[in-house]
Amino acid sequence: MAKKPETKQEVSTTGHSWDGIEEYNNPLPRWWLWTLYLCIIWGIGYTIAYPAWPMINGATKGVLGYSTRAEVAADIAAVEAQNEAINTKLAGTELTEISADPELNGYAQSAGAAVFKTWCAQCHGSGAAGAKGYPNLLDNDWLWGGDIEAIHTTISHGVRNETDDDAHYSEMPAFGEMLENEEIDQVVNYVLSLSGDAPDAALAEAGAVVFEDNCAVCHMEDGTGDRSQGAPNLADAIWLYGGDFDTVKETVTYSRFGVMPNWNERLTEAQVRAVATYVHSLGGGE
Amino acid sequence: MAILDKHGVIEKNVTLLSVFAFLVVTIGGLVEIAPLFWLENTIEDVDGMRPYTPLELAGRDVYIREGCYVCHSQMIRPMRDEVERYGHYSLAAESQYDHPFQWGSKRTGPDLARVGGRYSDEWHVDHLADPQSVVPESVMPKYGFLSHRSLEGTYIEDNMKVHAVVGVPYTDEMMENAQADFLAQADPDSDYDGLIERYGESVQVRNFDGEAGVSEMDALVAYLQMLGTLVDFSTFTPDASR
Repeated sequence: MAKKPETKQEVSTTGHSWDGIEEYNNPLPRWWLWTLYLCIIWGIGYTIAYPAWPMINGATKGVLGYSTRAEVAADIAAVEAQNEAINTKLAGTELTEISADPELNGYAQSAGAAVFKTWCAQCHGSGAAGAKGYPNLLDNDWLWGGDIEAIHTTISHGVRNETDDDAHYSEMPAFGEMLENEEIDQVVNYVLSLSGDAPDAALAEAGAVVFEDNCAVCHMEDGTGDRSQGAPNLADAIWLYGGDFDTVKETVTYSRFGVMPNWNERLTEAQVRAVATYVHSLGGGE
Repeated sequence: MAILDKHGVIEKNVTLLSVFAFLVVTIGGLVEIAPLFWLENTIEDVDGMRPYTPLELAGRDVYIREGCYVCHSQMIRPMRDEVERYGHYSLAAESQYDHPFQWGSKRTGPDLARVGGRYSDEWHVDHLADPQSVVPESVMPKYGFLSHRSLEGTYIEDNMKVHAVVGVPYTDEMMENAQADFLAQADPDSDYDGLIERYGESVQVRNFDGEAGVSEMDALVAYLQMLGTLVDFSTFTPDASR
C-alpha cells in the first residue's frame, strides 16, 4: 500500500472510512465557486430578461421584449432604408438611361453582380458563360433579344415557366414524330452547313428543302432565327445544346424546352433592373 | 445542513434509493416531455401548409435515403444575410408534416428550404445527374442512377399510414387513392383532378424528369420543386412576438 502523500496543511476528512480509506474534505477553489454562483445569477437574470420559460400558452416574453423576428425585420428595414433613395431612382428611371447615370450605373452594377451570383449563377455560371442548355450571357447571341428592355423582360417573366402568364413561350415540335429519319439526317446536315461544313454535303443539299418546309417558319429562310419566338439563330456557329451532328440530331428529333423561372416574385423591381443592367454590360448587350 | 448528513440512510437502503431515484427521474422526464404536449402553441397557424402528396413523400424518402440532409439544410435562419440569399426565414409550421424534420446541421451545399421553383425541372435533372455540368465548382456527387430506378408507388399507401399514425392529417380518401395520385402527379396527361381536389391548387403536376414513367428522379424533383412554396409570403404577416 502506497504511503499517504504528505499534505502541507491539516485538512479535515469527510469522516467516511471504507476499509481504512478516508476521504479529504478539501473545499472547492474560491474562484471556481464564485464563478459558479455568478453563472447561476446570470442564468436567472437571463431568463428574466429574455424569452425563456415555457408556459401553458407560450413562453415568457422577457422584460427586454427581445424577438428574433423583430430583430431581423429591423436589420432588413435598416438596409432597405439606406438604399431606398437609390432603389426608388433605379426603379423609376428609363431602362435605357440607367447606364448613362454614373451613380446609378455603379450601384446597379454592384447590386446586379450580387443578385446574379445569388440567383442566376447556378444555371448561367458564376462567370455568366452558361452551360449546355443554359445560355451564355457574354456573347452577342440572344434568344429573346439583347437590348436592356428585352433582357429586363426575360428576367422578370422568365421563359416557358408555369408561374407567370407573361413568360416567353414557344415550343419546337419533336420532329422525330413528323419526319423520316433520312429527312432528319438531311436537315441536320443542312443546318450544320449554315455555319460551317456539313458532314455530308449531298445530304445537306437535300436538307434545304426539308428546312424550308419545316423549320424556316420560325428559324427564317436563312436560318438566322426569330427573337420574337425565341427561335435560335442557326447560322452563327453558337450552339446552346452543342453543334456536333449527334446533338443537333437529338435536338431536331426530340426538341428542347428550356425553362427559366420568373424573377419578378422573388426579386424587387430594383433588383431585376440591377441584374438586367449587369447582364447587359457583360459584353453582348445591344 | 443536518438533512444532507442523513444521505447515508438512503445509500444503505436499496428500496428507498430506488424510490427517490425514480422521483428524480420523473421530475427530469416531466420537464423534458411535458412541453411536447403543448407544441401546438409553438407552431403558429399558417395558410397553405398541406401534407406532402404521395409523389413528394416518395421524393422525400429518396432525399433521406441518399443523405441529402448531411450537406444541405432546410432551415433559413432569421438573419438578414440568410433571408436575402434564400428567401423568407423558415417557419415552424413549414416542417410540421416532416417526420423527421430535415433542418440539417451543416451546409456543404446551400440551404434547400426554398429551392422550389428557383430552377427549372431540367436543371434539377441535369444537376442531379452531373452537378459539375452546370456548377463546375460544385463538390456534390452524381445521382444519375435515380433516373433508372422506376417507382410504382406500391407501398406509398403504407408509408402514408405510418405518417398518419404520427400525426400527419392524411384522410382515408388520400390513403385510398395514394397510388393513383402518386402516378398522376408525374403524368400531365392523366386525370389528376382528384389529386388537386385532395391536396389543393399548390400541387404541381408535370413530367418532372421528361422521361416516360415514374422514376426516383421524378419523385425527388417533385419534392424539391415543392420545398418552401406552400406558404404565400405575400399574405403572411409574421407575429413579431415569436
